[in-house]
This record gives sequence, C-alpha cells and structure tokens, in this order.
Amino acid sequence: MALPQPIPMPKPGNGDAKKTRWDRVQEMDEFRLLLLAKKEFVIPATITFVVYYFALPVLVGYAPELMDRKVLGPVNLAYLFALSQFFVAWGIAFAYVRAARTFDKYGAHILSTLKKEGFDDSTTGKEGL
Amino acid sequence: MDMTLLLFLGFIVITLGITAWASRRSGSSASFFAANRSITAWQNGVAVAGDYMSAASFLGIAGLIAFFGYDGFMYSVGWLVAYLTVLLVVAEPLRNAGKYTMADVLAYRLNPRPVRAMASLSTLVVSTFYMIAQMVGAGALVALLLKGSHISFTMAVTGVGVLMIVYVVFGGMLATTWVQIIKAMLLMAGTILLSVLVLAHFHFSLSEFFTAVSQVSYHAPDGKLVVKDFLTPGLRFKPPYGPLELISLGLALIFGTAGLPHILVRFYTVPDAKTARYSVVWAMVIIGSFYIMTTFLGFGAATIVGRDFIAKNGGTNMSAPLLAKVMAGDVFFAFISAIAFATILAVVAGLTISASTSFAHDFWTNVIKSGKVRSQGEERFVARIAAFVVGAVAIAIAIILGPTANVAFLVALAFAVAASANLPVIVFSIYWKRFNTTGAVCGLAAGLVASIVLILIGPSVMGIDAASVAAAVRHPIQAAPIFPLENPGILSIPIGFAGALLGTLLGEKDPHAVQRFEELEVRANTGLGSEKAVAH
Repeated sequence: MALPQPIPMPKPGNGDAKKTRWDRVQEMDEFRLLLLAKKEFVIPATITFVVYYFALPVLVGYAPELMDRKVLGPVNLAYLFALSQFFVAWGIAFAYVRAARTFDKYGAHILSTLKKEGFDDSTTGKEGL
Repeated sequence: MDMTLLLFLGFIVITLGITAWASRRSGSSASFFAANRSITAWQNGVAVAGDYMSAASFLGIAGLIAFFGYDGFMYSVGWLVAYLTVLLVVAEPLRNAGKYTMADVLAYRLNPRPVRAMASLSTLVVSTFYMIAQMVGAGALVALLLKGSHISFTMAVTGVGVLMIVYVVFGGMLATTWVQIIKAMLLMAGTILLSVLVLAHFHFSLSEFFTAVSQVSYHAPDGKLVVKDFLTPGLRFKPPYGPLELISLGLALIFGTAGLPHILVRFYTVPDAKTARYSVVWAMVIIGSFYIMTTFLGFGAATIVGRDFIAKNGGTNMSAPLLAKVMAGDVFFAFISAIAFATILAVVAGLTISASTSFAHDFWTNVIKSGKVRSQGEERFVARIAAFVVGAVAIAIAIILGPTANVAFLVALAFAVAASANLPVIVFSIYWKRFNTTGAVCGLAAGLVASIVLILIGPSVMGIDAASVAAAVRHPIQAAPIFPLENPGILSIPIGFAGALLGTLLGEKDPHAVQRFEELEVRANTGLGSEKAVAH
C-alpha cells in the first residue's frame, strides 16, 4: 500500500516552476479535444435513452388503448415497445464502447506526453483520500 | 434429508471455502476493501449483476408478472436501462477519482469532513434499509421453502445474517465478489433452464406462448372466473395515480441505480476505468438477458401454474419455484429454491461490505480521526466491527418486524435516497466547477429527508385498513395518505437536485474547490494519478 504522496515537485526544464502535472494536462489541446469528444457523445446519448425510456410509462399510462393495439398476432404494441427498450439500451452501450476507443486514444496520448516531459504517474495525492 | 436443505448446505460449504481462501489474501486494505483491484471485466460484470439481481427481482418480478401480467414486466425494463446512467455518467470518473467509497469522489475537491459524514449517513441508510427488506424476505422465504424441516423464521434470518457477516468479516471484498459471481451464474443457469422448459411446454412456438398469455383465466376475489389478456397494461397501475407511479418508479430506478453504494464500490475492484467500462457492459448483457427471460418465468407461471394455485401455495413470491415444481418436479424445485437462497445471501453480503467500508473509511478514518489512523490495519479492524454491528442490527430488526411485515417500501426508500441524495451530488461534483461543500451537504440532506418524509406520508405507511386486516400487515399510521405515491422519486429527486443547486449558489464561493476541480477533471477523464491494481 503506497502512502499518500505529496503533490509532485516542480520538474526542471518546465519553465514555470510551480506547474503541476494537472496544470500541464489542462493546457494540452488533446485534453480539450477529449472533453469535447466525450460531451459530444454522452449528452445526446443520455437525452436519447432518457426520452426513449420515459416514453414507455407515459404512453402506457396515458394512451393505453393505443398501446394495447395488437401488432403481431396476440402481441400488442406495449409489449414490443417494452422489449425494444432492452435492445436500444444494449445498442447505446455498444455505441458508447466504440466511441470510448477515441477517448482512450486521447488519454494514452496525454499520459505518454506527460511521461516524456518528466512528470510521474504515481497515485496521489490528497491526504485522507 | 430434504433435497432443498441439502442444496442450501452445499452452497454454504462452497462459499465458506471461498471465504477461507480469500481470508488468506485479505491482509491489506486494498485487498480487504477492493479485492486488490485485480478483478477482471467479465468477473466484475457478473458480480455487478449478482449484486443487483436480488430475490426481489427473481421471485418478486416473476410473481408480479404472474399476477398482473404486463404491468409486472414494466418493472423489468427500468432495471436494465438504469445501467446506461452508470455507464455513461458515473462508472469511469468514479473509478479514476476514488479509492474505496462513493464519498471519495465528493471529498476530492470539497471539505472532506462534513461531506463524508453526510455521504456516510446516506450510504448507511440506503444499505441498512435495503438489507432489512432483503432479510425479512429471506426469512419468510427460507421458512416457506424449507417447510416441514423445522426451520423457523427467526432461525432462517439469524442464519442468513451470520453467514453474510462471516463472508464480509473474514473474506472481505474478494470473498464477497466470488460469492456474487457464483450466485449470478447459478441464477442465470436456473432462469435459462426454466425459460427453456416453459418454451418446451408451448412446443417452442412463441405464437402459441403469447396466445396463452393473452387469455389467462383465474378466479377474481369475488369468486367469479375471469379471463384476462395479460399483455394488456393497467392490471396493477390503475388511474388516477397509476401512470404517475410508473413514471416515479422509473425515475428512482434510472437515477437511483447509479447512486447505490453497493453497486458503486464494485468499480473499485477493477484495475482501471477501461475495465470498469467493460464490466458495466458485461453486467448489462447479463442483466438484460435475465429481465427479458422474466417474460417466460412470469407469464409461464401465469399460464401453466395459474394464479389460483400460486395464491393458495405461498403467494406471489412463490411463482418461480412453483413453476419449477410443476414443470420438472421436486429436484428442480429444490434447485430453484437454493438459487433464491444464494441470491439473498449474496445481495446482503454486498450490502454489508459497502455499509461497513463507508463507516470505516468515511466516518471513522476521515471524520472522527481526520484522516490520521494509527495503522492501515485500524481501518480494516473498524470495518470488521462495523460489519458485525450492521449485521446484528439488521438481524434484530428483521426478527422484530416478523415474516409478514410489508417491507417493499424499504426497497423503494433505498432507491429514492440513492437517486435523490447520492446521485445529484456525485454528478455535480464530477461535472460542475462551481459546486461547493454547502451544496453537497444541502443536496445530501434535502434528498435524504425528502425521500424519508414522502415515504412516511405516502400510502406505504399511511392508510386506513378494515378491521379484519391482520395486525402485522396493517398500515402503521391509520389515516389517509397525504402523498399519493409509493415511489417518491418524482418529487424527491428534484428536491435533491434543488438542494444541491441552491446550497451551492447561496453558499460561499470556494476557490479551493474550483482549483481542485481542475485536478479532478484531469484525473477523472485520463486516469492520471488513479489507484493502481496491487500485484500479488
């Protein structure tokens, strides 16, 4: 078990003597791009699944006749809509895993840049964590 | 000896063996609290599924579908979709920024003592109430499944309680994880077998199956034989409040799952955020398949066993075991009963470890001792004591409540608190720069109080019973409910978010929290500085 370590010491050759590894990442273009890429996927995906999911109880609750319409032999719209929720959820999860490959690439690039510049990757940092 | 009892004992022996194996590897805090962060993606995915699929899902939802058809199936949907919140919003930042508990993420940038104290309180409330609900259910169920073997409710509750304490105290997170994995695999095996048997009954024809489902006959309470289309919505959730109840339940599931402490701690057992992500996907595959198969379990019980027979032989919760009995005889009944037993044990063990970890790590180490414990071993020691105390309290309360107590509202309460108190502060502390300590404390307090109060004044606790209703199932407060819904989410979740928002805006600006946010943002998104797996 590693003991909590102090905030990394200023590294020689970094110009700004007080700059921490956190500050360094914050100013990298890749980090901005990573946050942007995440936002561009996560916000629309979240809105999609929340809207699609709540459409089910709203329609079942307030338009029961519509939802009870038989569409496939004895099977009604309500059951098929509920069943589709599972496949939509799986679809969004797999889409996220695909999108996250890009996030991982940015992340790996950021960490390797840091390493080249002499910052460490040790576990920190805050007392009591 | 009774076959069911024999299978119960078999499961106990195997899990105790795992506990003995794990106890030799639980010598450090990282191993006791986080299984050395060495659990793989599929293992953790199965364990998350195991933690989540409680007896309430296996027996409860199958029973609800058997009795109320489509409305019961509505429950199934939310349990899977909820994992998208976990996947997209919470799992990876949590793994990157924290160490053992949910509160780690909050304490990262906020004033640790008040925030941890509140978060720990909320964790204990969620875990203990959920645990009591499970234990009462477990006791009643075990006594019912082992009918004729002289095992009483009190013995069953004590047995389940003692076992869960043993797993956690001696085996820590490693033993708990493997108990979950075994249980989840057994549960899936049993569910698949039952589903295949049901389909075989209908000659593997879905159209024959759904035709039977669309004309289920049973006797109504007034003694008349009725035939109902079980795919029609509205058999349970009736106007005026039915639709709102469904939406409120959905909100509690979608936002509550990502705030359940015993699910969140699971993401600390894997080596990194990427593994955490894949483990959520594994969990979603398993949980989704399971809940789709509740179609066959529930509708199968409704069509093959029949509502009348189930009502006479133990009630809704016995639907799945009775289906097994009717389809394949006593041995299969024993197998399904043993799975139900394993399910309960695994879930209560998961709850015990999350409650005791939060008490030891958040409350003892960081609130009472201000982060300065004498040795690493002290935190583990306190966690073991806490597991013992939490377990003993849950056993005592479950025995006092007795087997007929209506405890469903405790589950609703656990999800409501997770959604209204925990989730808003987790989301704000990861994504909102301006968020501060006042906001976190106000959000946690508002969500917690709103959930508890709305349940207390709702129809689970308040209601007027006829004089003929038995004492144990009477509403504790004999008056008309003030709040009309059993699930308070629709109101308590906005209150939780509003509390966090207003607290932040009214509280003092905290430049330290803003500065630490920059650090947290880097850490949560890149994994820089996160806790590493321990090689062994």
